[in-house]
Amino acid sequence: MVVSGYVKDRNLYIGLSGEMDECSSQSAREKCDKLIEDNLGVKKIVINLSEVAFMDSTGIGFLIGRYKKASKLSIPLCIEKPNFAADKILNLCGIYSLIPKEK
Amino acid sequence: MTKNYLKLQFYSLPRNQAFARDAVAAFCLELNPSLSALSDVKTAVSEAVTNCTVHAYKGNLGIVTVECEIEDEELHIKVSDTGRGIADISQAIQPFYTSAPSDERSGMGFTIMQTFMDEFKVNSIQGEGTVVYMTKCFKTEVENA
Repeated sequence: MVVSGYVKDRNLYIGLSGEMDECSSQSAREKCDKLIEDNLGVKKIVINLSEVAFMDSTGIGFLIGRYKKASKLSIPLCIEKPNFAADKILNLCGIYSLIPKEK
Repeated sequence: MTKNYLKLQFYSLPRNQAFARDAVAAFCLELNPSLSALSDVKTAVSEAVTNCTVHAYKGNLGIVTVECEIEDEELHIKVSDTGRGIADISQAIQPFYTSAPSDERSGMGFTIMQTFMDEFKVNSIQGEGTVVYMTKCFKTEVENA
């Protein structure tokens, strides 16, 4: 799984690309947390899921983990552009009540 | 009457999770599944196989067996392990229940299998292993928007 990031207008945009499962999540977690820690001054974190071709419940654990991390730092987190399959899981698990979907 | 059968056996290595779900997805292509049905099957298989790696064998090496049978428009999947088994199945299948909360586990694996598949059953004997049965019906359908 490829994790990329950039800051624009004091928002941290994190892009995930590839398949999110138990196997790929550990390195994605570390890379994502590094990006967050390197950009503590941002107003908001946006995780873009448009390039995530597959996601199982590991993705839920991953997102809740990043949400907890961002909350500790008082930075709001949101999700952008999940594909229909990811969206189905995120809805089923009620993730959007915790981490809103960016319009 | 369509009938077909597939059996996969592999080590419970995390990198085999993608292989298992992709192989099952490829196997059910002959049923002309919709994209969303195919994605449901891949996700459910991924959950079942991940449970074997993470829970049944807890990081130790074991054998995971995935069997698939196509019968007319139905795909039957059986995922079995000979790992440590589940002490309390009704607790394990509760949404958000996880035996490993510190690992950022969502506890939604069984819920996803139940929701995404048309039939779902789990049998387990402690110390002997777990078997998950799932069925997906691929009725000739119009792709839902």
